[in-house]
Amino acid sequence: MSTLSGWGRYPRLPTRLHAPRDPAGLAALVGGAAETGGLVARGLGRAYGDSAVGRQTVSMRHFDRMIAFDPASGQLIAEAGVSLGEIIAAFLPRGWFPAVTPGTRFVTLGGAIAADVHGKNHHIDGSFSAFVDWIELMGADGQVRRCSRQENPTLFGWTCGGMGLTGVILRAAIRLRRVESGWITQRVVPAPGLAALLEAFDTHAASPYSVAWLDCLGQGAALGRGLVMLGAHARADDLPAALRAQPFTTPRRPALALPVDLPSFALNRWSLRAFNALYYARGQRRAGPGLIDWSRYFYPLDAIGQWNRLYGRRGFVQFQCALPLDGGALGLQSLLARIEAAGTGSFLAVLKRFGPQQSAVAFPMEGYTLALDFPVNPRALALMTELDRITLDHGGRFYLAKDARLEGDLLKRADPRWARFAAMRRAEGLAGTFISAQSQRLDL
Amino acid sequence: MSETGQGADAGPVLVLGASSDIARACAHRFAEAGHGLMLAARDVAALERDADDYRLRHGVSVTCHAFDALEPGTHAALLNDLSELPQIVLCAVGAMGDQAVSQRDPAAAALVLRANFEGPALMLGLIAEQFEARGSGVIIGISSVAGERGRASNYVYGSAKAGFTAFLSGLRNRLAGKGVQVITVLPGFVATRMTEGLDLPARLTAQPREVAEAVFRARQRGRDVVYVRPVWRLIMALIRALPEALFKRTKL
Repeated sequence: MSTLSGWGRYPRLPTRLHAPRDPAGLAALVGGAAETGGLVARGLGRAYGDSAVGRQTVSMRHFDRMIAFDPASGQLIAEAGVSLGEIIAAFLPRGWFPAVTPGTRFVTLGGAIAADVHGKNHHIDGSFSAFVDWIELMGADGQVRRCSRQENPTLFGWTCGGMGLTGVILRAAIRLRRVESGWITQRVVPAPGLAALLEAFDTHAASPYSVAWLDCLGQGAALGRGLVMLGAHARADDLPAALRAQPFTTPRRPALALPVDLPSFALNRWSLRAFNALYYARGQRRAGPGLIDWSRYFYPLDAIGQWNRLYGRRGFVQFQCALPLDGGALGLQSLLARIEAAGTGSFLAVLKRFGPQQSAVAFPMEGYTLALDFPVNPRALALMTELDRITLDHGGRFYLAKDARLEGDLLKRADPRWARFAAMRRAEGLAGTFISAQSQRLDL
Repeated sequence: MSETGQGADAGPVLVLGASSDIARACAHRFAEAGHGLMLAARDVAALERDADDYRLRHGVSVTCHAFDALEPGTHAALLNDLSELPQIVLCAVGAMGDQAVSQRDPAAAALVLRANFEGPALMLGLIAEQFEARGSGVIIGISSVAGERGRASNYVYGSAKAGFTAFLSGLRNRLAGKGVQVITVLPGFVATRMTEGLDLPARLTAQPREVAEAVFRARQRGRDVVYVRPVWRLIMALIRALPEALFKRTKL
């Protein structure tokens, strides 16, 4: 037995960790799972909570081969344990980039599909699954099925965003995007309050990438002030002559790593307020266009190894909800007002405009998504329970890839699709085999 | 992003025992630097799957070849099968066996001795002849710290690795000044298929990728003997220094 947790290092749970080397080894584990408390697959462990920890956890790290690439269509076929970072390393030099990427490149294909992750381009391109042509999924019977929009479409739908609870993804075919450089033309738009921020998203709806950093300790009129960061892949002729000769070569920065846990008092409302004020001021100064390399634009936190230690030994939790376009602004206002009043603050507060999304259980919905990190402590957990209620009251829903603490009833009231998902799991004989700590907690 | 070697500097690497975790990590490292790969192992179908991965990621040419270290009669045929004499040969052939089984079953012990010593040594001996004739080449042997001193817990494996280490040392001595570099790699504990299920101390256990990086750098810098994690150099110095009268009473 070993102890395992998600990226937030909360909760830490006992598990038996396996790392099969081939489909036959995996099938043997899946076949025995019903008698041993169930299992769930795990990629790089970047889901924040307990999504990828079960009584038995199956690491997919040995399923790490790329299989084929078609430069005509940009379709890459690879095993589920291949990460987006590896895809970038192999294909950016040839002019290709993942069509959708979350805020870390340390995520596997299997994990990206299971959580149906989104990126800064959701308002235009949708979520990760929009670029998945097909997957191969091992079911509870150990059989591997090809699933796509044409073949086993229902199972395909439940699997995109199904948190690994429909089976184990073995392979996937995804489509990459053509890019002319490894650079992003970035523009920072400061917004002095929430209304201005939301307006900026609308004004710049045509920008391929957009995301906002929020100062969640802003008070009064400054409530919801933040920086909207717009971006687009730089074309070759956007680059200065010095970079144009090798458009895919970007500077390599030394890897920093947080060697120890920070004491839990290091992040408090005063240090946060100071940081936020400085960060906002810096953003205002740097407002306007600029050129930034892909890793700094998409993955600023990847530059700091083990940044999850920032929150101390007890770990951290993230609150992420989506709110519908209709009434979403009011919901955001209520959430931010509650957080500001609690004074607990959040080091990382991110707001993003979502575009339309059709899917069986995937998280995004047209509207807004707000993500906030909190250190694990009783006050923060109590605050998050209040935020749950506010989200529910405003027609919002929750992102299971970030969740470590929701209650099943609340999840299903906010998002009835999960009740249908749970019923489907029972009917299809999946519920006894694919079980994570999260699926048990939420009764999925 | 990655340095791209060209010309003779990035000539092909022949990987013997290419399905092992250490071999795969090394193959990725050399391919990343632009070296073509010649993969040799018993299960060619498994090699083909890896080959696609190397080609896709690194854009290098890769060929696959059947090779059984335990069949010395076939070794020359492998070399004839190659399109050209490789620039580098990396031998990751080996099998740990089970010490308890090896102690009571001579046939099992013979297999461990042959897989870790006889097979690798004979194959590298053949290649050394051709490298010497050409006047260039790099021979990399993955041996083991287990060969530094015989211990009760794994002396059958250890003695075979000791033989292999001595063989490499002899080759190096013979080929010094003849343009052929010989590198002995003593990885210490590595998290691989071979050690799966063993309870290894995390601080002493390297990932295959670390071994690959150490091997790649050793080749660049012209090193002779490589320990992957430096702490192993110290540990083995201490283990070698213990007087036999004391050592025989230890349980290591």
